[in-house]
Amino acid sequence: MSIWGVLAINSITFGGLLFLLSAGFSLIFGLMRIPNLTHGSLFMLGGYVGASMVLTYNLPFWLAALIAAVAMAVFGGLIERFLLRRLSGSLLAQVLVTLGIAFIVADFCLMVWSGDPISVRTPSALVGGTRIAGLFFPTYRIAIIVIAVVVAAILWALLDRTRLGAMIRAGVDDPQMARVVGIRVSRLFTIVFCLGAALAGFGGLMGAPILTVYPGLDFDMLPLALVVVILGGVGSLLGSLVGSIAIGFIYNFGLVMVPELAYFVLFLPMVVVLVVRPQGLFGRQAP
Amino acid sequence: MTATRVGLLVAAVVMLTVPLWVPGDYYISVCSQILIYAIFALSVDVLLGYAGLVSLGHAGLFGLASYTVAVCLGAGLGHITAIAAAIGLTLAGTAIFAALSLRTTGIGFIMITLALGQIAWGLAYRWVSVTNGDNGLSVAHRPAPFGFQLDAPAHFYYATAVVFVLSVIATWTFVHSPFGASVKGTRDQPRRMAALGYHVWLIRFYACLFSGLLVAIAGILFVYYTEFVSPPTVSLTSSAEPVLMVISGGSGTLLGPIVGAILIEIVKNVASAYITRWNMMLGAIFVAIVMFMPEGLVPGSMRLVRRLLKARAKVPAAAVEPTSGGPTA
Repeated sequence: MSIWGVLAINSITFGGLLFLLSAGFSLIFGLMRIPNLTHGSLFMLGGYVGASMVLTYNLPFWLAALIAAVAMAVFGGLIERFLLRRLSGSLLAQVLVTLGIAFIVADFCLMVWSGDPISVRTPSALVGGTRIAGLFFPTYRIAIIVIAVVVAAILWALLDRTRLGAMIRAGVDDPQMARVVGIRVSRLFTIVFCLGAALAGFGGLMGAPILTVYPGLDFDMLPLALVVVILGGVGSLLGSLVGSIAIGFIYNFGLVMVPELAYFVLFLPMVVVLVVRPQGLFGRQAP
Repeated sequence: MTATRVGLLVAAVVMLTVPLWVPGDYYISVCSQILIYAIFALSVDVLLGYAGLVSLGHAGLFGLASYTVAVCLGAGLGHITAIAAAIGLTLAGTAIFAALSLRTTGIGFIMITLALGQIAWGLAYRWVSVTNGDNGLSVAHRPAPFGFQLDAPAHFYYATAVVFVLSVIATWTFVHSPFGASVKGTRDQPRRMAALGYHVWLIRFYACLFSGLLVAIAGILFVYYTEFVSPPTVSLTSSAEPVLMVISGGSGTLLGPIVGAILIEIVKNVASAYITRWNMMLGAIFVAIVMFMPEGLVPGSMRLVRRLLKARAKVPAAAVEPTSGGPTA
């Protein structure tokens, strides 16, 4: 397969990881009106916790991914319940608290897991390649794409087909009116925060065989999630999916074609979207 | 008013005599660092406190100024050219930052400035042919304005102090001018301001530019102070520090960011002597300040003092209510 084909696969894979990160970020943003600046940290911490489960305790990869997701859900729930809720009504204070926690988590990880990157081996069932339509694809990357698609489908079904999803959508659209009709929006906050944190933690370990887990991963991923949400629109699942794939392509092609300016290239779609459609491609006008 | 004047006089005397009573060159350097960060914090406060716009990307602009000086000097240009280029480029960068970030306000503004700041960091880190990547750039020597050598810590301190005082005066003039009043108007009542015929976007844009000027000055002083600049200067931590200084001191005042800069820099320098976990401490202070003293130390303690005075004197509130509008309030 040509270099461009490999690059395209890598881009979609990276887009899938980004989706795991940014779907929760976008939902939290849509519902609680704050960018959760710990989201990159949850991704990194999930990666570290999962990697430890695999490397130290010899747990199977998927069990480790589940543990990472649950651990991050609990951690996210604690942040929401005990810090953010006490500051409800003050968005700026909430954002700054999430930033403070992000710094604490970053340093904590450095303390516990040291500064060396940790790589996790690809789960043995997914080593090697798969032949699809005469072309040879790395199996693990295909698996990530499949997982991202499945997660997207589940999230869509959850949001679009269940009572909980209807309540979340109501909360995103108009939290005050949702409260008036008897929806406990503050409980939705906790649920969505836990869900987003779990997806981020899960994504952290999923990304570990490709990206490795290293100090600074948190603030590498956070701006990507931000750009995805700026691009796709706040609170929109479709927006984060399209935005993630787009950013996956731009970032990976940028890395190969203009390695020195790869980060800068991300800026271009953001500029275009902000100028043409500030609410994002699939976002609605800010209320 | 007299209390304010006495305060200013004491501050001036303390600032002038720092190199005389501070023990050793290291501490004089820390004082220079405090003043540089105070200018940085003031630039963040112009937006955060007066315009109601929270920027988490200011380190990108700060770094832009620092890197421009270092790159220009590395290319063999003179100090004046380097400084002029740094101010020019930083203002241009601020204009771009502002033009994009001001597409939204509030939380959207935070998010876009953060993304832009991280992109600036990515450039500093990856654009190796210009920025030398992780290794950073060093500056060979400090300038000698009017034949005054700045190599000794005390000399550099005095030069920094002069720039600091000029910056504070400029900021005071800015926020107390009619234009400053309109900036505060756009913070409190953007719709009414628009209805009154003010161009809210443009007022915010100019406020950003003024903030950009201050951050350029701080960045230039910083690169001459450390004689070195590397990606951590542009990092999110570096953007968060001045924000913490502003909210810990008290936003929307001029004294607040300065007090915040003094406190945070002292904590940072003392802490780094004993522990290596500055980031964790920064995060913890952040959370603690936001949770327990959201209005900042200066307004918070002023309110406390006022309440104590009131309790002691048992006089009507109006009599002890200090007038706001002094140069430091």
